[in-house]
Amino acid sequence: MVVYAIAQLIDARGLNCPMPIVKTAQAMRTLESGAVAEVLATDPGSVRDFAAWARSTGHELLEQTSDAGVYRFVIRHK
Amino acid sequence: MDRPLNLVLFSGTDDKLQAAAVLTAGAAALGRPVHVFLQYWALDAFRRDRIEADHGLAPEAGAEGRAAVDRLARAGQAPWRETLRMAKDLGGIDIQACSLSMDLFQLEPADLDSLVDGVEGVAAFYDAAGDGQFLFI
Repeated sequence: MVVYAIAQLIDARGLNCPMPIVKTAQAMRTLESGAVAEVLATDPGSVRDFAAWARSTGHELLEQTSDAGVYRFVIRHK
Repeated sequence: MDRPLNLVLFSGTDDKLQAAAVLTAGAAALGRPVHVFLQYWALDAFRRDRIEADHGLAPEAGAEGRAAVDRLARAGQAPWRETLRMAKDLGGIDIQACSLSMDLFQLEPADLDSLVDGVEGVAAFYDAAGDGQFLFI
């Protein structure tokens, strides 16, 4: 497994749709191109949302895992 | 994705405004421009002196719906006005008051919350809407 240097952790656990992608979009504005962020969410809709968000915005979804109801996304800024 | 999303908000109850705020914030997160046109009861809910008030729920909510909405709020769901502020902070969101509805309620721009960017007529709304999708809530 590749280990990424995480520039920012976005904790969206407990937040309802659409807050996980809103918080992530906010964070992307402060990150530089190529920087990697990790997002934690508990909203089950976030699995499809982050795939769609990455397709729409061009940021790269590097990893997606889930463990005990927590979804984890690793994203690289385009 | 540059095609604008055009939302006409007519209803002024908190549940419908919450649904509209979620659609707006989601589009903003995708980098999609959103034009929001406030008519009738939705505009009334954006009055500076009333925006924080309880605007009730759609009739179909009933007591069970009220309890469900309250539970989500207690669990920390942001109110619709806060969700809209976050969406505006991401950029690309333009919220305009319908000039007919301004006349209906005898409102001046200063009577509206700062979320509202201006007042326009329906022709200006269509012009800004371009070939984007429309939703009426």
